[in-house]
Amino acid sequence: MLHAENLACRRGERVVFAGLSFKVEPGAAVLLIGENGAGKSTLLRLLAGLLAPAEGRLLWQGEDAFADRTAHAGRLRYLSHADALKPALTARENLGFFARLWGGDVGAALAALGLAPLAELPARVLSSGQKRRLALARLALAPAALWLLDEPTVGLDAASVERLGGLLARHRAGGGMVLAATHLPLPLPGARELRL
Amino acid sequence: MRGFGALLGRELRLALRHPADSLAAVMFFVLVAALFPFGIGPAPEALARLAPGALLAAGLLAALLPLDRLFGADAEDGTLDQLLLSGMGAAAVALAKAAAHWLVTGLPLLVATPVAGAMLNLATEAWPAAMAALGLATAFLSLLGTAGAALTLGARRGGVLLPLLVLPLAIPAVIFGAAGIEAAAAGLEARPYLLLLGALVAAALPLAPLAAGAALRVE
Repeated sequence: MLHAENLACRRGERVVFAGLSFKVEPGAAVLLIGENGAGKSTLLRLLAGLLAPAEGRLLWQGEDAFADRTAHAGRLRYLSHADALKPALTARENLGFFARLWGGDVGAALAALGLAPLAELPARVLSSGQKRRLALARLALAPAALWLLDEPTVGLDAASVERLGGLLARHRAGGGMVLAATHLPLPLPGARELRL
Repeated sequence: MRGFGALLGRELRLALRHPADSLAAVMFFVLVAALFPFGIGPAPEALARLAPGALLAAGLLAALLPLDRLFGADAEDGTLDQLLLSGMGAAAVALAKAAAHWLVTGLPLLVATPVAGAMLNLATEAWPAAMAALGLATAFLSLLGTAGAALTLGARRGGVLLPLLVLPLAIPAVIFGAAGIEAAAAGLEARPYLLLLGALVAAALPLAPLAAGAALRVE
């Protein structure tokens, strides 16, 4: 269970959001919606522990999540706008690095996003949608309790959105939580909306 | 530890795919050493007198070249966020980056040291000492530079700020390194100077990655 209490975030002098409280139960999904600049990406970075909150607390199973940042990092997967791919490495090598960090089978993760035929191509020659799929394939490597997804379906074709839907459904069926910022409809049935 | 090896391996693989960066540092080192004979004129003794300091200065400047992109590329493409969330700790990320920088930039400079030494009329018996001194001095710079690169990450003029921050701190390495090479060229023992240089590296080895890690964490 993830419990945010009265979270606030300041960037410079500007208050991005304040007094934000919500709960996410195992298996639940939350869609972050709001106009550009409302703080959706900032909230995801904050929940990942990459930003410190100006106020408020984040509780994981009732305990302060940021007390041990390494443990917190270990239970989440964060997908940002940037795909975190190295153009010079092949799709398999890009994913293989994360597989060495987290464990998991590279071939199966590539197949889960329909990337098996592209495995030996350098990321440089992939289209933007294929790069996004390769970034999403990280989710399929090894299980983690909390997925923080920033616009996961940007540039994806319908078939890939469906594949992502399968991944999300399996993740939630196993008790995983999803927080996703999006402007596009996501395959997350029964997701709650959180307006920023 | 598994993360450290994975990151180091990936950095080395990337360097092998783009050998131009390492090559540029080596060429810079050799070219700077080649400029001295032209500036000083036909006086081999004067050149040999300058050689130890010139080697160290040229080597450190060459090793400085790729430092401003050490974290920059990773920060832009989102890799840095993933590294900070990889569970290996920011200091371990910084240490792996420093080790990769030394292997990719410092080590090739050692191979080029005899070439540069020959151009500076450095006595051949001082070449092993010159390679040892440059190896330790570039290792010191890789560690300091990693902390500097982490601190200046996101600064608008990071590329200018980084040398201003790092080079003054590298002065002790130049002093001990040049003194060691000079001693070897004069037929004396270079060991005490190299040991002092080693002590600098030993002090920076735990401190610089911790500083770099703390700098990476702050946003």
